[in-house]
Amino acid sequence: MQSQSFDAIVVGSGISGGWAAKELTEKGLRVLLLERGKNIEHVKDYVNATKAPWDYPHRGGRTQAMERDYPVLKRDYPLNEKNLDWWASDKDSPYTEHKRFDWYRGYHVGGRSLMWGRQSYRWSDFDFEANARDGSAIDWPIRYADIQPWYDYVERFAGIAGSREGLAQLPDGEFQPAMPLNCGEELIAGRLKTKFGGRRLIIPGRVANLTQPLPGRSPCQYRNACWLGCPFGSYFSTQSSTLPAAVATGRLTLKPFAIVTEILYDRDKKRATGVRVLDAVTETTTDYTARVIFVCASALNSTWLLLRSATDVWPGGLGSSSGELGHNLMDHHFRAGASGTLEEPGLDAKYFYGRRPTGFYIPRYRNLHGDKRQYLRGFGYQGGASRQGWSRGVAELGVGGGFKDAMAQPGKWTIGATAFGEMLPNHANRITLDREKKDKWGLPVLAIDCATGENERLMRTDMMNDMAEMLEASGVKQVRTYDNGYWPGMGIHEMGTARMGRDPKRSVLNAHNQVWDAPNVFVTDGACMVSASCVNPSLTYMALTARAADFAVAELKRNNL
Amino acid sequence: MDISKDVEMTSNASEAIDRREAIKRVTLLLGGVALGGSGLVAACERAQRGAAAAGKGGGGPVGSFSAQEVALLDEVADTILPETKTPGAKAANVGAFMALMVTDSYTDRDAGVFRDGLRTLEQSGGGFMAKTPEQRLAQLEQLDREQKDYQDKKKRDDPPHFFRQMKELTLLGYFTSEIGGSQAMRYRETPGRFDPCVPYSPGETTWTAHA
Repeated sequence: MQSQSFDAIVVGSGISGGWAAKELTEKGLRVLLLERGKNIEHVKDYVNATKAPWDYPHRGGRTQAMERDYPVLKRDYPLNEKNLDWWASDKDSPYTEHKRFDWYRGYHVGGRSLMWGRQSYRWSDFDFEANARDGSAIDWPIRYADIQPWYDYVERFAGIAGSREGLAQLPDGEFQPAMPLNCGEELIAGRLKTKFGGRRLIIPGRVANLTQPLPGRSPCQYRNACWLGCPFGSYFSTQSSTLPAAVATGRLTLKPFAIVTEILYDRDKKRATGVRVLDAVTETTTDYTARVIFVCASALNSTWLLLRSATDVWPGGLGSSSGELGHNLMDHHFRAGASGTLEEPGLDAKYFYGRRPTGFYIPRYRNLHGDKRQYLRGFGYQGGASRQGWSRGVAELGVGGGFKDAMAQPGKWTIGATAFGEMLPNHANRITLDREKKDKWGLPVLAIDCATGENERLMRTDMMNDMAEMLEASGVKQVRTYDNGYWPGMGIHEMGTARMGRDPKRSVLNAHNQVWDAPNVFVTDGACMVSASCVNPSLTYMALTARAADFAVAELKRNNL
Repeated sequence: MDISKDVEMTSNASEAIDRREAIKRVTLLLGGVALGGSGLVAACERAQRGAAAAGKGGGGPVGSFSAQEVALLDEVADTILPETKTPGAKAANVGAFMALMVTDSYTDRDAGVFRDGLRTLEQSGGGFMAKTPEQRLAQLEQLDREQKDYQDKKKRDDPPHFFRQMKELTLLGYFTSEIGGSQAMRYRETPGRFDPCVPYSPGETTWTAHA
């Protein structure tokens, strides 16, 4: 019979949970890693990884039947024929939208670490000090110096390809060699630097894909099929990286199909004692005990679990004594930018080989170094240059043999970039339990009430127009702007709802990610975030998780938990 | 249905930004085919038959299209993208692909536009199948001008022109087929390296995308 008592329990096996399992097992703890969905085994279960485009009946596209089955997923790119199996079922796991909120989930071992965009950027003190500087929400309880050694640590293990740029707003890391800019990007990067005196820069995207081998992992083979799982283990995922490390200790127990419904809480000891698990297949319930619990179920689901826990003590759930549990939901707003064509003589005689799984990045420059806008905070751009493919033929005039042969050849060079903007924390943006609506397992679902505000609206104008300005200044032709519209959640960067802080009356977690009301419960995923920055958040979850795990083990040894 | 200019520009902006952008591009292209409309239970069931037939080719019915209709679609596709130094759209079974996509992915409205268009082609001037290759090309060139003129002027929610649908599905079906992807263009499943800047000579073909 399986032991039901462990040193530590980790809820969720995505980027944060994988790191928690690795760190805690490597530090000697016997760890139970719980995952609500199925197992996906590294390489073996990447069943579509080496398929060609023609191996899919609809060539990767969507059908009316898929749209009917996935009323949320269909709102953006995740509804597709190639890795549909890795996106959570909207039907099994519905939620309530007081306002439109697009929630794209991965309910399986590895979570969204299998499908993530892999863009990996450090936060700076411009981010950690932002709330204090402009009076939004509450101050972060940590600064860059607190997390910097942990960025170093997780970057070395995860493998981040990037270039050292010496920028205060985007600190350099422990990088592997960058994936370089292509000739079109290089041309525009040079001009941009000159035109804007180095204040606006195009740099290679910093990405969790290897350019040098790490143990058990090969360098990127430039297939750009990461989202199907990588047979070479070249990008960071739970499966390629943290899970094998945790398994190697001999101290990990991984349990898929384990839905954690509640954290068990002892009101006398003021400590959590374990968790209650509903088996997703047999629907039987089992309690597991542990001395420390890491909640890493993804931002909204971690808070969902807290909302359901210790309700005999706090009706609003574990961590609700602050009045902030469920509040301050954030994402990154995006889908605005500009693009154009490069009509340089000679550039048509240049091309590239290999499918680089990243592009370029333009670090934030707004509201920094003396710049002052009508809105707070800023945005960065992710973009790329390439040559047009056959799809240009749809809107062009032409039929026949000459048209066909022309469409089989690369067209003009184009360049474009989309801004990712910071969304301010706002107490009114919140999640609650909807006790009227139940999921497939009879559990109450989340209700989400979240909207962007005036600050984001003002920022979006710059997000479009700045890109056009930069492209035009750099000699790009036929520049056009776009704002394709944004609804919270589309960024798939859910943050907040159980924020860290210095004051238990205004925050759910302390500076070490401990729940104020239950110090042996740590929440280290996106739920803990106090503000959103404008850079992709996953690297920060990794660093915060490793830091919290180190602290937790030290506290266990001091008998403080 | 119609790939708007927005999407077109966005989709061409970069071959490889980040994974998400790359996927979005494919999905916008394909998703543009399927946005809106109501679900079709019957289409779902037909899809399974159709998918099998579309994969094999070989002249049978596909989805809601008869063998004769699929044959006609093959000829339309093969006039848009005929055999040159590389095989044409008929060899790549693009007729069956079109039938499958219209059956499974199109909304009722857009499938209706497509079917009406197909009927027009069947019936106009003695029928498309009865025409010589030169006559077929002339007819499709005329339709191409008509569709472009219509598409450039139409309002966002207006239905697409049937020949825009056929042309889009033909391009998609051909260049994502094995013949289109690995003969008309070049495919390396595992490139193994990234060369950010290499010489290019006119006539060299595009490197096919993977996923």
